[in-house]
Amino acid sequence: MTLLAVERIKLFTTRSPWWCSAITLVLTMGFAALVIGNSPSESGGVTVAGTQMGHTFGIAVIMVLAALSVTTEYRFSTIRTTFQAVPGRGSALVAKATVVALLALVIGEISAFGSLAVGMLIKPGAGIALNSAADWINVTGVGVVYALAAVMAVAVGVLVRHSAGAIALLLIYALAVENLIRLIPSIGAHIYQWLPFNVAEKFLTGDGGSGAGPDMRSTATLGQGWALAYFAAFALVLLAAAIGLAKRRDA
Amino acid sequence: MIEANGLTKRYGRTLAVDDLSFSVESGQVTGFLGPNGAGKSTTMRMILGLDNPTSGQVRIGGKSYRELKYPLRTIGALLDAKWVHPNRSARAHLKWMAVSNRIPVTRVDEVLDIVGLTSVAGKRAGGFSLGMSQRLGIAAALLGDPEVLLFDEPVNGLDPEGILWIRKFMHRLADEGRTVFVSSHLLSEMALTASNLVVIGRGRLISQSSTKDFVTRAADNTVKVRSPQIDRLRAVLADAGAELTAEDGGILVAGMDSDKIGELAAANGVVLHELSPRTGSLEQAFMQITGDAVEYHTGLAAEPAVLEPIR
Repeated sequence: MTLLAVERIKLFTTRSPWWCSAITLVLTMGFAALVIGNSPSESGGVTVAGTQMGHTFGIAVIMVLAALSVTTEYRFSTIRTTFQAVPGRGSALVAKATVVALLALVIGEISAFGSLAVGMLIKPGAGIALNSAADWINVTGVGVVYALAAVMAVAVGVLVRHSAGAIALLLIYALAVENLIRLIPSIGAHIYQWLPFNVAEKFLTGDGGSGAGPDMRSTATLGQGWALAYFAAFALVLLAAAIGLAKRRDA
Repeated sequence: MIEANGLTKRYGRTLAVDDLSFSVESGQVTGFLGPNGAGKSTTMRMILGLDNPTSGQVRIGGKSYRELKYPLRTIGALLDAKWVHPNRSARAHLKWMAVSNRIPVTRVDEVLDIVGLTSVAGKRAGGFSLGMSQRLGIAAALLGDPEVLLFDEPVNGLDPEGILWIRKFMHRLADEGRTVFVSSHLLSEMALTASNLVVIGRGRLISQSSTKDFVTRAADNTVKVRSPQIDRLRAVLADAGAELTAEDGGILVAGMDSDKIGELAAANGVVLHELSPRTGSLEQAFMQITGDAVEYHTGLAAEPAVLEPIR
């Protein structure tokens, strides 16, 4: 608990988390307004899944926030002060990942329900509502995906140690690399089925129960529950690897 | 209190610290001396468990740093004053450190008061001058009211007022009975603050002794003599076995103390205008002892050190 308090103080006494949080909310809700506002009611776009389409960008900003929480510590060598105060590096980094993940969870839930509300306000008559378990998962799941993506970003931040490098790696991977791998002839589509962010989409939209059209749905073959477990495992393995390296490395 | 045993650190092919063993006694100021690049900072980082030694170990009060439960309460350190997030306030920086070691948060304002930063406690640390950053670093070191304090080049880059402040502060800490281990490449500074010296060059231990012994052992102690009957005196001193060198307006006598020179002069009826013993400066002692242990030679022969008596 002590270490969580420490990381909370550190996170909220700098500016970037506030900025990133605000940007995430504006981006996701703004995107929901665009998507819902521009879709004619009779087309398939005005659905719960439609309101949540901006989460891809939200994830990107959250990963920037999470990566910066570590890389700025390396940039300004406060990581040394941290390890001096808490020589158990594993617990210090787990605490950091936990605090950042909790923040990401909260922002994710606010942005998801905010986006839903934006959709309902713009098209009150379109019947956007949380009617099924699939709808609920699609909305509440966003925060969970944010939290796990934040853990991955913390891990990458520890591994790479440089802000620019870590952010470039994370954004290029999440926004481009997975889709490019998909384009590799014959095997690309099979590999893509198991790539983490694609699998995370599967957890959110499942088989389209929340109104995601066929082209919005993930190609991953896992069920929704397993998809979440797979994504979580990916994040935790990455974090474990990062901690293992941080313990052996000179601070 | 701090005990290093066969401490070795290798970075790739460079041996930064080479089989270094020394000990720092409780309740004293021990200087850690060496030219730039001698491995002082690396050694300090290893003491704090930040860098892992390639071999050997260092213990604080018998424990390795990572075994300390709340390390800031045992050993406070200022290795680099710029290890602060520039957008975090001084108070917030100290607050998270205090919380991490379960130090009461009221202590934050106490240490800010001790170093005189109370009025800027809420300001971004990134806007601090070097002197203020240094004070913040010292406040952080004192946070856990530790018995042992570690400072790496604390006066580097400070203005005279800042240097004086740090120097007084070291004495105050020593008077409080704390163990202080402070590194520097400024020897004259060490002569004023440290009672013991650990001297290293190229990562190796050169000597560990009291500051006084270090100087007497290393420096040539000479006596300057001026006299209107200089030729007569030369003959007398040379007969008595002293080594003489001419120096502007007089001679420099080595191998004989001032008492003896005065007695010889009186016995031979020689008038003396000056008879002044000189102690070699720490710089001289240092150059003499570290000799070729300087990592990066400039190619220029070192200028002869200016003789300056130790205050």
